[in-house]
Amino acid sequence: MKFIDFVSREAIRTSVEVDDKEQVIRSMATALLESGKIDKDQHDSIVEAILKREELGSTGIGRGVAVPHTKHPSVSELVGTVAVSADGVDFDSLDGEKVHLLFLLVSPPDRPGDHLRALENISRQLRDETFCRFLKQSKTPADVWQLLEEADNNQFV
Amino acid sequence: MDMPIAQRTVVINNPQGLHARPAEMFARLALKFDSEIEVIRESLRVDAKSILHVLTLGAAQGTELVLHARGADAEAALEALSRLVDSDFTADETLSQGSQG
Repeated sequence: MKFIDFVSREAIRTSVEVDDKEQVIRSMATALLESGKIDKDQHDSIVEAILKREELGSTGIGRGVAVPHTKHPSVSELVGTVAVSADGVDFDSLDGEKVHLLFLLVSPPDRPGDHLRALENISRQLRDETFCRFLKQSKTPADVWQLLEEADNNQFV
Repeated sequence: MDMPIAQRTVVINNPQGLHARPAEMFARLALKFDSEIEVIRESLRVDAKSILHVLTLGAAQGTELVLHARGADAEAALEALSRLVDSDFTADETLSQGSQG
């Protein structure tokens, strides 16, 4: 699975200025709403489900990256977005580092395979230090999108 | 100096596969041991102590993984990790929650 298969271009946000886990998750869900990927009346329910999932264990996977996510019956396909925070967000990651790069995923409950393939893609690409660093340094959503496209075309691995 | 080496094969049985939550449980448990631990899927060989690495396995239900450990506590590490996998990630020793997520 490629980034462009599940990342909503219009929902990418850079220079995210909130520093708290709940706020950043909420703003990413709002970005998905604004780009028409989730329904208005489902927004709060999706945010709550993602926060509930975080209570089970942080989705901070190391290297300043987090993948907050949930299954949700209101979506018919995997939807996702990316946020970049220059200051970093406290995320209780396993390695204790602040999170600067977030991939938020909402997937239909009956499609665990797609979710797994998205996680596999994100983690495989982010193992490349240059790609990971460039993404964190992105100043505009267009920069992020270009990097994702380049990664999809195997320009980093 | 010869370090003990241990190796075991495990199979991912939970329907959701080795997704974020199991990967976190797995890495967190692996970190408790001093041994170097690797997880091998076919030609892919990754560090068991990194969630990022474990997730790159993309291990869906039915995937066979080889666990390889090298160090004084190699055998104990693989015993604990294979028990976690065999329990479909419910036998986590660090947390009491279930396997959902």
